Amino acid sequence: MNGDASLEQLRREGRVVIVGASLAGLRAAETLREKGFAGSLTMIGDEPYEPYDRPPLSKQVLLGMAGADRTALPRRRALDATWRLGVPATGLDMAAGRVRLADGDEVPYDRLLIATGVRARPWPHAAEAELDGVFVLRTRDDGAALARRLAERPKRVLVIGAGFTGSEIASACRERGLAVTVAERAAAPLVGALGGVVGAVAAELQREHGVDLRCGVMVTALEGDATGRVRAAHLSDGSSVETDVVIVSLGATRNTEWLAGSGLGAGPRGIACDAGCRAFDIRGIVTDDIYVAGDVARSPHALFGYQFLSLEHWGNAVSQAETAAHNMLSASSDRLPHLWMPAFWSSQFGVNIKSVGVPTLGTEIVVSQGSLADRRFVGVYGYQGRVIGAVAFDHARWLPFYQELIETTVPFPPPFPTVDRRPEGRRPVDADFPDPSVPTHGPTVTLSGYSPADRRMTFTPAH
Amino acid sequence: MTQSLLHQILDYANRADPYPIYEELRKTPVHHEEDGPYVVGTYYEIRSLLHDPRISSDARNLASTARDPLAESAQEGSALPPSFLRLDPPEHDRLRRMTNRPFGPPHSPHRVDGMRGELRDIVAGLIDGIGDPGRIDLVEEFSYPFPVTVICRLLGVPREDEARFHTWADTIAASLDPDPDADPTERGKESHEARMQLGMYLAGLIEERRKKPGDDMLSELATAKGPDGAMTTMELLSTAALLLIAGHETTVNLVTNGMLTLLRNPDVLQRLRADPRLAVPVVEELLRFEPPVQLVPQRTPLADIEIHGVTIPKGASLWLVLASGNRDPQRFENPDRFDPDRRDIQHLGLGSGIHSCFGAPLARLEAQLALAELARRLENPRLLEDPPPYRQNAVLRGPRHLPIACDGIRP
Ligand SMILES: Cc1cc2nc3c(=O)[nH]c(=O)nc-3n(C[C@H](O)[C@H](O)[C@H](O)COP(=O)(O)OP(=O)(O)OC[C@H]3O[C@@H](n4cnc5c(N)ncnc54)[C@H](O)[C@@H]3O)c2cc1C
Ligand code: HEM
Repeated sequence: MNGDASLEQLRREGRVVIVGASLAGLRAAETLREKGFAGSLTMIGDEPYEPYDRPPLSKQVLLGMAGADRTALPRRRALDATWRLGVPATGLDMAAGRVRLADGDEVPYDRLLIATGVRARPWPHAAEAELDGVFVLRTRDDGAALARRLAERPKRVLVIGAGFTGSEIASACRERGLAVTVAERAAAPLVGALGGVVGAVAAELQREHGVDLRCGVMVTALEGDATGRVRAAHLSDGSSVETDVVIVSLGATRNTEWLAGSGLGAGPRGIACDAGCRAFDIRGIVTDDIYVAGDVARSPHALFGYQFLSLEHWGNAVSQAETAAHNMLSASSDRLPHLWMPAFWSSQFGVNIKSVGVPTLGTEIVVSQGSLADRRFVGVYGYQGRVIGAVAFDHARWLPFYQELIETTVPFPPPFPTVDRRPEGRRPVDADFPDPSVPTHGPTVTLSGYSPADRRMTFTPAH
Repeated sequence: MTQSLLHQILDYANRADPYPIYEELRKTPVHHEEDGPYVVGTYYEIRSLLHDPRISSDARNLASTARDPLAESAQEGSALPPSFLRLDPPEHDRLRRMTNRPFGPPHSPHRVDGMRGELRDIVAGLIDGIGDPGRIDLVEEFSYPFPVTVICRLLGVPREDEARFHTWADTIAASLDPDPDADPTERGKESHEARMQLGMYLAGLIEERRKKPGDDMLSELATAKGPDGAMTTMELLSTAALLLIAGHETTVNLVTNGMLTLLRNPDVLQRLRADPRLAVPVVEELLRFEPPVQLVPQRTPLADIEIHGVTIPKGASLWLVLASGNRDPQRFENPDRFDPDRRDIQHLGLGSGIHSCFGAPLARLEAQLALAELARRLENPRLLEDPPPYRQNAVLRGPRHLPIACDGIRP
């Protein structure tokens, strides 16, 4: 009874604070209002802009097809929120229920949603990172600055790191007719996310589109000229590349520093939460008023042995935000689990790449439809005798089927004929993922064990 | 004795309202009688079968013992090789890709939108040509000629040949809809003849376009130099015939069903008249509520597959009843209500998966422009017969005539 009354009061006049005013934050806010939340809503974001969409930044924006300022996320409804934009949150007092802001303000909450996402990992040598012409790509400002520079038609662009973002950037540069070198520590692009078998296809794709792709090398130093402009990069194989634009694409760092010392279970791998999106504290006890969603979250998934997953996926941010918002306003029996099936898409070099499940868990892969040589195929990943993930190159329409195979834990290799099964589809091969104990910048799904407390991981810079 | 469900689906007596039969069908996940086809009518099962790579669209994978009462009418019955509608990957994908190059994004993002003005003119011309507003057969005077003219313009058939094209298209369409009173062998001969003439005509046109290409789709297909190379003349002929046949009867029925449904829901008709932008959600809801393709009969499993404990054997004939899935209460709230304000509208009306309707953007635009304009120009329209007389065809279901009256026609 009592609980109902206080929930009712929360819905009517409670205070919800959302830190991180991007995709997850916005969708959560909209869901709260949709579900009838009538109390006060405060959106805190360190970027000065209203929520915008990031995927176009490495695609349409770099192609010059859309301005970086034209990426605002479509609004589903009016929010009636107090916006605190351009002000980072700097601390959290869990006992008092307050968020501290950089400008000294404190904002009290009854329910808090943390959606602070990730940021681009910078070039590790600070002085080199400062050189004019060295970029990362995560924000609207990054996108605008880079697009401007590409429009000046640099003589050569160097992309460091061939994960999804780096590969998309290289693709956009080629489409604009710019000379591009890609340097990747692993044996091929996308290896961290999709393994070596598929990585080899991505490598061919890049070379065929005129990318000067250098794998198995690290960039050891960036060199500037007298005016502080970058002019060359030196590689671990002794070679060097003359270049006037360098894009550092080495993956992301979770935005959790502002929570240091707060007592929340937040660390370099993100903020641990339960399937209901409630954050854990450092003791591994779940909180009841703090929720997490989007790229910053790590949450356990029933289909993958309840390991904690961190997903840098657009669709996950939306779905988790909606679940978190629902659960914030619900009694425990009405809460929903966040059961999103990991799914990711990318477009590069004219190919639509899409994956479902957790390819990175896969030890083997079988090409169940099409062929690697045609670069049109479905690859199915197996782990301990079951189907765990799938990737499609220009074959996305088939993926719902493979999603079902994952959901129903079908044995691997899938024991049935399919249309367009080629000889190469008869036998699984090693999926060829790099040693999982060495973190890479590549994967967009990271498995991070069973412990909600996570402060041990240290990242060894790749370059 | 009560009729079997399969017979009821095919029985002409149920054509005006097949939905109660579909409700019956949805009570079992897979319906199967004796040696007949396996029939699926629930939304989620249909959708997963449409995305299932164990399911083939290629008739050559059908076991010779499989019995399908629709097999005959579905026959393309000509010397042409199978079109991509009846092929599996990789041939399907290659032909569809090549056909898409001059039709849709990424290579031709403006083809369909670029036809907007032309479609408006065709619609305006047909409405201007309506005779006595006191008795209009919307099918004869509007819905029927509309899509054939559109396909002619798309393919680049010269204006002076359009009339001949209409005659062949009508004959072929009629063969898909056997009149029980007509002599079947006579019908078959006529349709065969029409196909031959159409084929010969198109072959000639292709020859001309190879020499002197225009900016129409046939010219681009005939002179294609994409990564997949060029289609053979035979492939090109079956593709052109597919575009004509797949885009004809379907669009006729969408427009006719659309007007019928609007006249049964005058409040929606009124809203559409006031705001032509409502045509977009109206057409989506129509594709759910009264889909022109009621079922896809041409599927067969490459291996035994199991659905909720029922095994559909390899090589069996499989029907997916899209119209039933569209009314599945497990998927849609209040499924028997026509409600253009529905937000959650992932219907099956245009199929799903790799065979999902190739012409969808064009079909949508045609229907939107036609319905918005009919709503605007017909003054006080009303049905003269409800239900109207239907065609025989249970697959491509729609009225044979739609007699309506109105007080006048606005300019
Ligand atoms: C270039 C690029 C291309 C992408 N392409 C794809 C794609 O093709 N497919 C796909 O699935 N995904 C893609 N993604 C990933 C997708 O954009 C993310 O998954 C999504 O943005 C996650 O949303 P989020 O709200 O969780 O985090 P974010 O979008 O990272 O938002 C977090 C926000 O919180 C702010 N913030 C951080 N710390 C604080 C603080 N202390 N106080 C206040 N505010 C703070 C940040 O500045 C940011 O605005 C891409 C991402 C990038 C950068
Ligand atoms: C309202 C109108 C239309 C409806 C309801 C409709 C419906 C459908 C459906 C349900 C399919 C899937 C068949 C299957 O899965 O086997 C399909 C396929 C197809 N449609 Fe349409 N259609 C319409 C209009 C058009 C038009 C105007 C064109 C041509 C310009 C067209 C061309 C095609 C083609 C070529 C295919 C085969 C696609 C393939 O096999 O890959 N259709 N249509």
